[in-house]
Amino acid sequence: MSFLILDGISKKFGDFSALDHVDLSVERGTVRALLGENGAGKTTLMNVLYGLYRPTSGSIYIGQKPIHLRSPSDAIAHGIGMIHQHVQLAEALTVAENIVLGIDRSTSLIDLRRHARKIAVMSESYGLEIDPATEVWKLPMGMRQRVEILKVLYRGADILVLDEPTSVLAPNEIDMFLHRMRILRDSGKTILFVTHKLDEVMALADDVTVMRQGRVVANCRVADTDPVRLSRLMVGRDVAPPAAVRTREAGDVALECRDLRMRNDRGTTALDGLSISVRSGEILGIAGVDGNGQRELAEAICGLKLLDAGRISVRDIDVTGFTAEQRHRIARIGFVPEDRHGTGLVLDNPIAANLVLRSFRRPPIARYGFLDHGQIARTAADLMNRYDIRARSAAQSTRDLSGGNQQKIVLAREIEAKPDVLVVAQATKGLDIGAIEFVHSKLIEERDRGTAILYISTELEHIAEVADRIAVIFRGRITGELLPRELSAERAGLLMSGACTGEAA
Amino acid sequence: MDALLDTGAIALLLAATVRLAVPVGFAALGGVIAERSGVYNVGLEGMILLGALGAAAGTLATGSPIAGCVVGVALGVAGGLLLGLLSITFHVNQLVAGIAINLLSAGLTAFLARGLIASLFGSSSVAGFSQVRLPGLAELPVIGSALFTQDPLAYALMVLTVLVAFVVYRTHAGLRLRAAGENPRAADSAGVNVTQVRFTALAMSGAFAALGGCHLVLSQIYMFSEGMSAGKGFIALAAVILGRWHPVGAVAAALFFGLCEALQLRLQFSNPNVPYQIFLILPYAASLLVLVWFFGRSRQPAAAGQVYERESR
Repeated sequence: MSFLILDGISKKFGDFSALDHVDLSVERGTVRALLGENGAGKTTLMNVLYGLYRPTSGSIYIGQKPIHLRSPSDAIAHGIGMIHQHVQLAEALTVAENIVLGIDRSTSLIDLRRHARKIAVMSESYGLEIDPATEVWKLPMGMRQRVEILKVLYRGADILVLDEPTSVLAPNEIDMFLHRMRILRDSGKTILFVTHKLDEVMALADDVTVMRQGRVVANCRVADTDPVRLSRLMVGRDVAPPAAVRTREAGDVALECRDLRMRNDRGTTALDGLSISVRSGEILGIAGVDGNGQRELAEAICGLKLLDAGRISVRDIDVTGFTAEQRHRIARIGFVPEDRHGTGLVLDNPIAANLVLRSFRRPPIARYGFLDHGQIARTAADLMNRYDIRARSAAQSTRDLSGGNQQKIVLAREIEAKPDVLVVAQATKGLDIGAIEFVHSKLIEERDRGTAILYISTELEHIAEVADRIAVIFRGRITGELLPRELSAERAGLLMSGACTGEAA
Repeated sequence: MDALLDTGAIALLLAATVRLAVPVGFAALGGVIAERSGVYNVGLEGMILLGALGAAAGTLATGSPIAGCVVGVALGVAGGLLLGLLSITFHVNQLVAGIAINLLSAGLTAFLARGLIASLFGSSSVAGFSQVRLPGLAELPVIGSALFTQDPLAYALMVLTVLVAFVVYRTHAGLRLRAAGENPRAADSAGVNVTQVRFTALAMSGAFAALGGCHLVLSQIYMFSEGMSAGKGFIALAAVILGRWHPVGAVAAALFFGLCEALQLRLQFSNPNVPYQIFLILPYAASLLVLVWFFGRSRQPAAAGQVYERESR
């Protein structure tokens, strides 16, 4: 009899069925991977197991006893701990405060020294060293994830639920992470982890459950399967390798950044003398762990943040003093921002409005200063067709769409403005394989049209798929440059963690 | 101007500073607690009025100013819970809900004061608290008479300020409060009941603001008058920012505004030929300047003003 059983779990959000009679049973002391594309229902299922969502129907058993989870505190009481994809920590509080939050009675005093000693002992025994007195906002992502894991262990969790735990880590951090997970399993913990990365499933899991569109499509032992079979199960079809054949050679330098310096919102150095150049008809990939200046670089080029020093030019025009609007209109810089929801789209506006957000001031969208709604509808219909944006109508609120369809709206708008330079930041974040393929094929098409593209991503394999050259960013500087065929996880990992080998791009 | 500089005058000025700062200080403490939990309490002004009315009615009905405080605090708690009901349960914008409470309180207290206090009790002036000299401490030069020849509510504020700071930074209840205001989702997933924390914080916030109203009635004016809060709840909001969301800081900021108020009163009397409205502006102008100067420099609780909904995606 299995240790943890989920029996016939269904969850509906309004009319939408996110989970449809999902069964799952996990043995004690094993690692179970939950594999599926975005929107397959993996995270929803885990949120049900953690008491964050109440299932519409179905039941959960631990050690053959039925349990009822009305809130995360119920789940914690049953020994279930969750490590969310986006770490759930109060940044202004210290590591120790985050770890002990909610465990003692409200009326008791916080004995941080006693807790800190216990935390130190525990972190050492699992290889998760950390300073309990540091405030969380000072820590890099990988360390924050450690805090999350310690938080869960400190509550005595037997079942660890991890939602895409490696999506915030650098390649070399991932190996350490997998190693720590094995230590935890060997100490008797039961681990469930949600992922869409096949190599992690093969490296860590004992068993794998594949989900698609809210249903379980397969359960198997990892030893009895292989990545090709799993990817077919996950996507529901064969994945075509991208055909990245160049149709023309790169031209002259289109975007040139010289010695960019900028401080971030907290006043610490974000860009530290960074220089890059991108030629027209070329994709330069910027690889690096999140938070090393990628966001600031993109915003500096597009004019959303001012530089402290340095010079940006597009086709020999100095655009350093240009406003964001001038950079788009005169220098023809397009921008697919990292923060789709906040910067890229007005979520509560209809799809059509978002598609014309760059062009509504000018004919043909505007006529004599008034919006031509007939033209907006025709433009929207055309773009939705050509960019495969799936929605009920162009009047639908953008908020209701999946991440992939939202990204296609941004992409359509920026590409249709016929940019000379296109800055694309973390474009594949949260997208499933199908949508990633689409984004990449559009970018390659755009490159072949002669656009200079800066492709910023934390996903090495995505960069390798589209980039012609790869520059690695670390603490606001370019630490090295390589060609996609020279790319290996070890080499890139070294560069991403600051080992400076190549010369600057 | 010479009258401002000798020690006796300075002691008097400081005593007036403390007295005038007490209502703002109570309301600012309430503001700190509410905002630390993640809810702006723009309704402080209205809750001061509710407390003032309760203090007057309770004291007139029983003859005891302590009973008056109890009634005043009860009304303040009701105001705080109403803000919780609107902003937490029904997701009304927190600022709109706070303004609604201010308007409601202004109208309701005026109505009740005219209709009830006058007809039920005949008289509207109340027996309040008198000053209590703390032996020994009151003999200290300059600050002795300012800090230790005050009424019981002023002493209560001093004790409560330290107590609130202790609870916020040294107890698990305080940790929950801060976590709810910084990242409610993180608090929730750590097993903290965010809704409960925020309701409790708002009830306490209302209670503190109401104590400010009690002080106005029972220690300053000795009667209820319409609109007697006179913007003190809004000055308290500025004090919360100036005090960087720290209980002691907020009360210190209230003292600064109290000093402005005491100074303007002094200047009014010493300059009878200047229109007094000019001096009346002083505390409000000071709070405006402080807001412009400090806002954006200090960091407010990250989730202040945000609705938390567990199943939102």
